Formats: sequence, C-alpha cells, structure tokens
Amino acid sequence: MPTITVSFRRSLAAAAALTATLACSLASAGDTSPLAIRARTLHTMGPLGTIENGVILVRDGRIERVGPASEITVPGGMRTIDAAVATPGLVDARTVVGLSGIYNIPHDQDQLERSAPIQPELRAIDAYNPREQLVAYVRSFGVTTIHTGHAPGELISGQTCIVKTRGNTIEEALITPVAMVAATVGPSAQKEGAKSPGTRAKAIAMLREEFLKAQAYLAHRDAPPPAPTATSAPTAPPPPPDRNLRLEMLGRVLKKELPLLVTANRAQDIASALRLAEEFKFTLILDSAAESYLLVDEIKRAGVPVILHPTMWRAVGESENLSMETASTLRKAGILVAIQSGFEAYVPKTRVILFEAAIAAANGLGPQAALATITIDAARILGIQGRVGSLEPGKDADIALYNGDPFEYTTQCVGTIIEGEVVSDTPR
Amino acid sequence: MNASIPKLLSVVVATLAIASLAWQSAPKPDVPIAFRGATILPVSGPPIENGTLLIEKGRIVGVGAADLAIPTGAMIVDVQGKTIIPGLVDTHSHVGGISGADQSASIQPGVRVIDSINPRDSGFHRVVAGGITTMNIMPGSGHLLSGQTTYVKPRGGPAIDDLLILDDAGRPMGGMKMANGTNSLGQPPFAGSRAKSAAMVREQFIRAQEYKKKIEAARDHPELKPDRDLGLEALVEVLDGTRVVHHHTHRSDDIMTVLRLQKEFGFRVVLHHVSEAWKVADEIAAAKVPCSMILVDSPGGKLEASELKLESAAILEKAGVLIAFHTDDWITDSRLFLRMAALGVRAGMSREAALAALTINGARMLDLDRRVGTLESGKDADFVILSGDPFSVYTKVEQTWIEGKKVFDRSDPKDHLYATGGYGAGHDQSPYFCCFGRLGGQAASASQEGQE
Repeated sequence: MPTITVSFRRSLAAAAALTATLACSLASAGDTSPLAIRARTLHTMGPLGTIENGVILVRDGRIERVGPASEITVPGGMRTIDAAVATPGLVDARTVVGLSGIYNIPHDQDQLERSAPIQPELRAIDAYNPREQLVAYVRSFGVTTIHTGHAPGELISGQTCIVKTRGNTIEEALITPVAMVAATVGPSAQKEGAKSPGTRAKAIAMLREEFLKAQAYLAHRDAPPPAPTATSAPTAPPPPPDRNLRLEMLGRVLKKELPLLVTANRAQDIASALRLAEEFKFTLILDSAAESYLLVDEIKRAGVPVILHPTMWRAVGESENLSMETASTLRKAGILVAIQSGFEAYVPKTRVILFEAAIAAANGLGPQAALATITIDAARILGIQGRVGSLEPGKDADIALYNGDPFEYTTQCVGTIIEGEVVSDTPR
Repeated sequence: MNASIPKLLSVVVATLAIASLAWQSAPKPDVPIAFRGATILPVSGPPIENGTLLIEKGRIVGVGAADLAIPTGAMIVDVQGKTIIPGLVDTHSHVGGISGADQSASIQPGVRVIDSINPRDSGFHRVVAGGITTMNIMPGSGHLLSGQTTYVKPRGGPAIDDLLILDDAGRPMGGMKMANGTNSLGQPPFAGSRAKSAAMVREQFIRAQEYKKKIEAARDHPELKPDRDLGLEALVEVLDGTRVVHHHTHRSDDIMTVLRLQKEFGFRVVLHHVSEAWKVADEIAAAKVPCSMILVDSPGGKLEASELKLESAAILEKAGVLIAFHTDDWITDSRLFLRMAALGVRAGMSREAALAALTINGARMLDLDRRVGTLESGKDADFVILSGDPFSVYTKVEQTWIEGKKVFDRSDPKDHLYATGGYGAGHDQSPYFCCFGRLGGQAASASQEGQE
C-alpha cells in the first residue's frame, strides 16, 4: 500500500482542545442550577442575530439574558459552559420518532395504523415512547423539540403531538398534546384491488365527504336552542349528537383550532390539497411537498407553509423529482419553510435534521436560512415560537453546542441542553 | 517538418483554454491536457499545492508541482483554487435497474448481474455527479449467493459493454456476491437459520472443490472433463482467487462465520457493511480481511444494523484493517459519497485514511489498484475536480473525468439537474431493496414505496 500523508488545513488540535474543555464542564448532567454559556459564535435566530463572543444566562430553565460578552458579566461561581458555536435547540418540524423505533419490528412500529383510511381519532400521545433510543439519538445532534406522530400513508392517519426530547413519560416530554391532524394525498395512501381509495380522485372525494359529515356534526352539536316565539311555548332543544371522536377531530380542523397537515409530493396532489383547503377553509400545512417548486406562486398565494421532505430523501416514485434546491426556491419566494427528518421505513431508521439542513445550506439556501428551517421557522410553523426556536429572554433554555460550523460534516455536536439541563454531552 | 507551427498553435490553444474551467469543447483525443494550479491530493503521496496534473490518451502522464514540464501542444486548463482527487471507487452499488438471482434458490452462482444492467438508468448520472469513476455493481443480499458482480466505469454507454472493466485477457471483471444474517433467510428453498445458511454454503463450496478436482484430473485426460456447469465454473474462480467474494454481513457473529468459511475454503473475501465490525475489529485485522463499510445517518431500520456506529471506521482504522467505503446506492446516494467518508472523519477517522477509503483501498479490493485509485503516472486518467476541501459540506464536485474524458460538468445545466435533482432527474430510477418485501408488515408501508 502506498504511504499516504495527506495533511489538511484545519487545525484538529484546536478542535480537540475545545472538546476536552467542554467535556469537563458538561459533567454536570442533571444539574438545573443557574447556567452561563459562552460561545465564540452565538446564533440567536432572534432579533439579536449572530453574536461573536456571546453569552447566555439561564435561570429556572429559561433564558434570562442573551448578548455579547462585553455587556453581560457572568456571576462568579455560576455553572459555565464554553463552546465554539451555540444555536437554539433544533426543532424537527415533522418526524415519527418515538412512534417508530430503531428495530423496525412490529413491537416498535406504531406510526401507521392500516385498519381504515380515515382515523383522525388516533392520538399520538397514546403511542409515543419517550424512552425510544432514536429520541436520544437525534437529541445527541442538538434536537430538543420534535413534532412527531402518525406517519403519511393513509388518507387521515391520525394526530401529531409536540414534545421535548427528554422525559421518562409523555407527560414530562409534552409541549402540545394535539398539534395537527395528519393526512396524505397521493399514491402512498392508495389501496390495491377493490379497497378505497384506489385512485387520486376517489381519495379526494372521500375526504370531501368526511368533511361534509363533520360540518353537519358541528352544525347539529353547536346549534343554538330554538328561540321561543310569541305564539308557541319554548320547545325542548333537540338532543345533541352522540359524541363521535372522529368527527370531533375533523370539526376542530374545520374550526381552525388545528391545522390539517397534508403530505403531498406530486404537483397535482399538492394542488388537490390547496383546493380542499379552499373549499373547507381549514388551516393547511403542506408536508413533504417534493414538487412544490412547480407551484411556488399557488402556495405563496394561499399563504401555506411547507414542512419540506428531508433534503437527502430518496428520489423514487412520487418523490422522483425532488430537488436539493427546493428549500432555497421556496424561501426565496417568501414561503415559510421548515426541513423535516420525515419517515424512513428501512435504513437509516431516522434522518437527522442537522444533516438535512446542511445539504440544503450547501444547495442554495445558505447556512443562516438553513438554520432557520430547523429552529425559528420550524417553531413558527408549529405555533410554538413563543417558547422555542430562538435564543431570547423568557424562552426555554434549549441550546445546542458545536465545535465549529454546525453544518460542516466534520463538526461535532458537543452538547445539548433542554431547559437548562445538559441532556447530551457525548461529542457526535 | 516546420517545428514553429505546432509551437505557435500550442500558444493559441493554451490562451483559449486557460480562460475558464467551464470550457466545454471536447479536446482532440490525443492532445495532452494539463490541469494547473489546483491542490492535488494524489493519495499516493503528500498533497501538492499549486500542482499540475498532466493527462494524455486516457492516462495520467505526470503529477507534480507548478514547474512540471508540459509538452508542446498540450491544452492547459486553469484550475486554481480547486482541489483534484482521484476518481472515487464505490465497492458496492445497486445502480442500473439491476437484478440478480430469482426466488427459485438461495445459491445461484451462475447468475450474472451484467445481464441486467440498464446503462441508460439515470442513476449513472448521479454516480458521476458524486465523483465516482469505478464501481462494483452487485445483485442483492436476499440470497446466500445472489450471483456474479460486475466492475464498471460509468463512461456513459450506450451499451453495457461500454461500461465494463476488462482484465488483461479482455474478460469483464467482477466478483461474487454472498450474504449471511437475516437478509438471506426465508422459507425453503431458502435457509431458515444461521446454521442452515452456513451448511448450505459449505455444501456448495465442497461441490465446487469436487468439480475443480475433476477439471484438474482431466488436464491430461480430456475425456474425463466434466460437463460444463456455469455456477461451479464461477465458484472454481472463487476457489482459485481470481474472483473475489463480496460478502454482505452485519452482526459480529455473522462476520466471524464469514471468516470461518473463508479459512475453510481459502477464498478471497471482502466483508461488506459490517455494522458490528467494531466488536470484532482485532479478529478481522488478524484474519487480514478487508472491510467495505457503509455509514448511515442513524442506526437501526433492521435489527442487525441497530448497533451500527459512525465510530466503526475509526475503530477499524486503529485496528489496522484495510477499509473502503461504499454507497450501497439506494441505501445511500452516490452523489453524497464524499460525505460518508467525512462522517467517518467526524467520528474519529483520519482524513488520510478516509480519502484512501474512497479511492485506493476500494481499488485494491477490486484488484484494480494498478489502474485506478491514486493520481500517479501510468494510471487511468480518472479524477475529480472539487471546489474545495473534499470533506466540506459546501464543496461541490465540479467535474468528473474518466480515462481522459469529462463525464460530468456541474456548469452544464443537464448535469446540474442530476447533481441536485429536479423535474425529470429521477425518471427511470427504481429502488433496489434486496429483501425489502420480506421484511413485511410496517416496514413495507413506506410512504416512499408509493406504487407509481
């Protein structure tokens, strides 16, 4: 074998030294005492932008102050962590981790119930396993909040929830028990043989019929009691309808209490989702949306945000036309975009949004905007921007630490902090 | 002959060509081309800043510093600020709409993947977009032995013959694909357990040994020559060491089973995937068996891969194992092959070993190290022009060259489409999951397996 003596420009020694410092200071896992984080580069993703030599002060799990080191004095004796780069804890806008487990056996695959095409009554909180290994895995790359729940693959597959990537029980992890109702338009929700839906047109007809039923249910349930008139005695109001979990959930979508998260990849399926939202006036969030770059104007006009497929998703079947440049295209058009880890049926069992955003960053989006797709913009789409997604006073102290540019292949995530507690300190 | 005319011409040509890297016109086949100004990572030696790579007639004829002598008449391409690395070698790919053995038996050594490859498959465009210039196209791992593999260069077709790599005798080169662990298990005629798997493989190799004996016995007695048997002929090549076994294996005990069979039958083997190699790194090193590894973004997806670690590559490097990487395309994307080695670096591998694992080490595993894998005079002019550090996410493959011909140019809109994806880029691609269907249940409900 030839002797290989390639040397590279980057100073590994410096990075190693930094990692060592950090490993020492992070030894306080479980500690929730006041905390100071000093970062050479601090991406707040908030009004303060990026701060060189920044400081974050954390108290009671919340961010107390953020700013340049020249303005913030770290009180003596305070627990302190130094890092090269700090970002908000990453927010995965769409995953199935926790319902889908690492082993890919029936025992740990609860993300998709195939017994019926429309089951919005399926709650994510009844299926999420906070101790799933994949939750800890994504957390070790800086992911602190996940919007997880039922997968694409049925017309309406169930509900989603939002959790922090910690906790022994769902209650300890929970931010939002019912975040959205997940629907799928396109071939992956179609059935073989005589089962419905077998075609695109049938799928939309079924959804429309179900929404009409929900409208009728709401009208019946919420009807005001008939007013007494001068000539007739007050009549007893008609009995309310029996509770129907399915129609209740769709009713909440129709009342815009919950968005309908519609997975659609082909352009015609995305168009169908937009048409459906216009007819029933629900809040639509597009999911996956491989061919969304073909319908930029339509999506923009409808004011619909996009939780885009993983950048490295496989281009096959209905995703065959996906592009690594879509996030850039949509964002340039002014569409609110997040990048998701999505759902994987085989290897790898989950994707990691840090990696997916990195590829988008290198394909037109740029690092700052790419970071937004997995922090503040993801939080905005999920409606939790008041709590997570940026480093601002009053927000949860969810922070990810890196030993360099977070998107570089060879940079490691060296620490993950949730509400002031170090939950991961193994360099990854 | 008037010497001044070619000299004058060379000045004109050089002036024209130096203008930009995006130079499109094909050079005359015999004109030497000098790529000047790049950082050259030859893999066979230290990096060369402001280097010169000289190619002629499909071969590398010089690698050196700025002062490397450039022959009169050479075309000069200015690649200042770029990085040039050897063309990447992918030791395990399923690109090309391929197939191997069918479901009639678990051991089918007579089946050749070469008979199934579609050279027009758009997957080949993604391959060159990733800087891959040599690949081992393999049938899947759903069988104990799924057939003969084929070593190719993605030269662009139009026929499979245009892609083949031929040995000195003019025969297409390739290996033999084998697998153990759960992928190759099934209902009869497939093995139902690990012990049965090994027994079936041993019986087959013993048949091959017997066949080989008969052939040897017939050397001086042609009348004793046994009837031709395509499968056993191929296995005799395996026993002779002229056809390398490429063995899918994940769990540490399955890895040890391969080493046990290798010792019994003496075949040459490359261990592929090796998710749990980190548990038996010293044993693999002691057996002097090379590993072709895959690093994926998370463990799991199948039980055997649930203890996969990005640190595996670094652990094997420290143990002294010869390591290559592979895409296993569709499992990972050929366009992102550099990324895999970078993930190895992220988890502790040295940059030198990581670059070797993308190039010369794979070439060694395919018996092609005399021809490809480094930038050295005499080797095939297979190289990649990068915009920067090979292990940076922001670096782009700008051009890919095979045997002196440019096969990918990111500045060409058609090539750009394949590099990034977009409408029409994936049209004739089909996923190749060897044993995906057999996983059944939830796994088969992948949203991406839409029936389009």
